[in-house]
Amino acid sequence: MEFKVINYQDTRSGFGAGLAELGRRNPKVVALCADLTGSLKMEVFEKENPDRFFQVGISEAHMIGMAAGMTIGGYIPFTGTFANFSTGRVYDQIRQSVAYSGKNVKICASHAGLTLGEDGATHQILEDIGMMKMLPGMTVIVPCDYNQTKAATMAIADFEGPVYLRFGRPKVANFTPEDQPFIIGKAVLLKEGADVTIFATGHMVWKAVEAIQQLHEKGVNAELINIHTIKPLDEEAVLASAGKTKCVVTAEEHQQNGGLGDSIAQLLSRRMPLPIEMVAVQDVFGQSGTPEQLLAEYGLEHIDIAEAALRAISRK
Amino acid sequence: MNDINQLNRISTQVRRDIVRMVHACQSGHPGGSLGCADFLVALYFSQLNHKAPHFDMNGHDEDLFFLSNGHISPVLYSVLARRGYFPVEELKTFRKIHSRLQGHPATMEHLPGIRIASGSLGQGLSVAIGAARAKKLNGDKHLVYVLMGDGEQQEGQVWEAALHAGAKGIDNLIAVIDYNGQQIDGPVEKVMSLGDLKAKYEAFGWSVITVDGNDMASLLEILELAKSYAFKGAPQLLLMKTEMGQGVDFMMGTHKWHGSAPNDEQLAVALAQLEETLGDY
Repeated sequence: MEFKVINYQDTRSGFGAGLAELGRRNPKVVALCADLTGSLKMEVFEKENPDRFFQVGISEAHMIGMAAGMTIGGYIPFTGTFANFSTGRVYDQIRQSVAYSGKNVKICASHAGLTLGEDGATHQILEDIGMMKMLPGMTVIVPCDYNQTKAATMAIADFEGPVYLRFGRPKVANFTPEDQPFIIGKAVLLKEGADVTIFATGHMVWKAVEAIQQLHEKGVNAELINIHTIKPLDEEAVLASAGKTKCVVTAEEHQQNGGLGDSIAQLLSRRMPLPIEMVAVQDVFGQSGTPEQLLAEYGLEHIDIAEAALRAISRK
Repeated sequence: MNDINQLNRISTQVRRDIVRMVHACQSGHPGGSLGCADFLVALYFSQLNHKAPHFDMNGHDEDLFFLSNGHISPVLYSVLARRGYFPVEELKTFRKIHSRLQGHPATMEHLPGIRIASGSLGQGLSVAIGAARAKKLNGDKHLVYVLMGDGEQQEGQVWEAALHAGAKGIDNLIAVIDYNGQQIDGPVEKVMSLGDLKAKYEAFGWSVITVDGNDMASLLEILELAKSYAFKGAPQLLLMKTEMGQGVDFMMGTHKWHGSAPNDEQLAVALAQLEETLGDY
């Protein structure tokens, strides 16, 4: 198992780097931000493209509507704010003016999940994947590290249609090769195995890497797949791997209700019923704390994934 | 076209279309639709610099119109059809299964003339501002119009957008409020008074003009005036006084016809008051 950590960086910086690159490459890309330019790492785009950067102040609902309007005229708007204000606060605006209207808006959301940390539950949205994936026509992407977030940011500009791109605040292991292409809807096989498949997304991918190393020491040969696109789900990859290992674990920094595990369980129950264990938040709100403390508190550590894998195997 | 008699004749036909559409499916919103018939006829048959019947979503090099209070879709559909965007015959499918004429305007069915879904209130001004800013980026010297309801002004997003347009000087934008004083639960004044709407928008940096929305001559004059004020640094608002149900006596002066359909007998009474000027579909 070779997972080389290139460095430790935040995924939001990957977004900022991708957006900056898009600013140089694609004159149709515009960016809108609701008073969180620094937090979203949008400063480079703003500096290099002042005419294509739109500060809207703290008015997220208006920002979504304005972004929808800018698509009329041929632009590709990227909106930036925290995940909570990108989804729950503006759900109806996204539903009507973006998704139902089929507008080419990229909703880019930082500080998602528990790892936002000390700000506490008001800001730690754990329901956003569910809300976004329920919208017809919405593509939902949750990259795992800096390099993948940068690649995803650039990839969604070339994709026609509404996209929800979710990333986070803390510095985490950056291990995706810089030149790895990002293909929307195509799962990434990180390690082959025979005993159990772990499907992980976002920050939990690296936790799963740690988990499979731990499992290896116990003689368990786990397969690990990075599901960076929650919707459309790479059903072929999920079924192929589950069919081989005969039991699965899902891992995500999100409520169990509505998240990745829910999507995979739905697919497997229809096509290939198998033991499934889910590592996710269990229908509670978060609280203040450091990211690491919170992941441990809510059962989202590598050890929790490893234990879930053993439970899944025992149920085969 | 600036022939007032001819425009009024179109309005009369549009009003016939509205009551017939709403009657045929026994649902929809005739009151506000009738009130805004003159405005939309003035806009689409006289003022709008557009490419009808040709339609493309991006609307480059033409004026754009957005309907924010989407429930008055019958008037927009009738005007679009009468202007040639789609066959007039299609009006008979309004609110029926598999129709492009959804209860509230939508883009999914690709109805020519519709660029955004609306109906959940308060969103259209933001969309119009986005479209207006896109026009500025494109160097496109055309205007963006948006119509909102007066009850709709109770939505918070309207004020986020109003703040934005004033603060950023979106001067290629002409917003219009259908100031008919009625909403579903009763008079706006009673449900949730808007206070001095003119003063409020002016305080947000807008240039505000009032207009009689049921007088074609005034509409043309004020719409021309608004055009002459464009590109001078401020967004514009037309506070358009209308009568809900205008043109059908028993639908006027009440909020009762905001969202209910006439029966056969009421339809006959209404049609007797509206001359068939362009031919019914």
